[in-house]
Amino acid sequence: MDAVTLAELSGNIAVVGYGLAAIGPGIGVGLVVSKTIESIARQPELAGRLQVTMWLGIAFTEALALIGLATPFIFG
Amino acid sequence: MSLFLAEGGEFAPPTIYEFYPEVFLFEGTPFAINRIMMIRLIVMTLLIILFLLWTRKFNQAVKTGNVVPGRFQLLGEMALNFVRKSIAHDQLGEKDGERFLPLLTTIFFMVLGMNITGIIPFANIAGTSVIGIPLVLAAAAYVTFIYAGVKRHGLKFFKNSLFPSGVPVYFYALVTPIEFLSTFILRPVTLALRLLMNMIAGHLLLVLCFSATHFFFFQADGLFKAFGAGTFIFGFAFTLFEILVSVLQAYVFTLLTTVYIQLALADEH
Repeated sequence: MDAVTLAELSGNIAVVGYGLAAIGPGIGVGLVVSKTIESIARQPELAGRLQVTMWLGIAFTEALALIGLATPFIFG
Repeated sequence: MSLFLAEGGEFAPPTIYEFYPEVFLFEGTPFAINRIMMIRLIVMTLLIILFLLWTRKFNQAVKTGNVVPGRFQLLGEMALNFVRKSIAHDQLGEKDGERFLPLLTTIFFMVLGMNITGIIPFANIAGTSVIGIPLVLAAAAYVTFIYAGVKRHGLKFFKNSLFPSGVPVYFYALVTPIEFLSTFILRPVTLALRLLMNMIAGHLLLVLCFSATHFFFFQADGLFKAFGAGTFIFGFAFTLFEILVSVLQAYVFTLLTTVYIQLALADEH
């Protein structure tokens, strides 16, 4: 019996790839910022130092989402 | 019913070829100049002129002993002190901060200047949205933090970063490749890619918003024209967001370079 095509999708799987890649960093950045907000609420005098560390954390976590954006361009 | 039918031409969303505009000077040679290269050359010239004017103002103030700065001088002092105090001195301390300050100031202002052209009306594309500038700046940061580590610790720098102390010997087979990958490969790659992809994504979204507005207002029929107002407002809001992203990416690049230098200079306990 011939195989039956039940459904056909068209489009670019790179878009789905990026969507999946953005889940982790989205949650990650939310965690970093929420912890910073909690810590600033506990000790407001450290706000400057904590803010700098927050930007560092965001940069590292977001790197993965951006590499996810770049992979379709690398792999054709 | 024809109010809801969209007629007119097809909508062509932006593609990656946005970043390869046509060459208009010196075609075929390695010095081919297209719109993006022209923007980079103009921004470079403007930055050089800006810093020449600032240093002239600072020298004048030192010579005349004038302690009250004028507006232009104040702007220069604020900008340069931002990198000096809150990035270099904060992370590296006074002595090392001064050592690496020229590189950090160059990185900050170059990234900021090239990023901000993404929202300037006749340029409309960031100089950092093609791989050249992010790659060169990431390579400069890479060479600098390795130089800083080797200068401070000699060749033990490589041993200390690849074989961290306090790890049982049999774990080194697992830890060392991961450390090598994360310190010597991922750091420069993510520095360059973070900047590049932020600018590419921002530019593509802005082009999408404004070309959609153009399409809805001029080529769609009936009630679809109303969508044009929505995409225009979104484009405006996103332009403001893009300004924030431009400044933030400059800050993050400089801050990360400083942190890598600090980690390279840190003594093992």
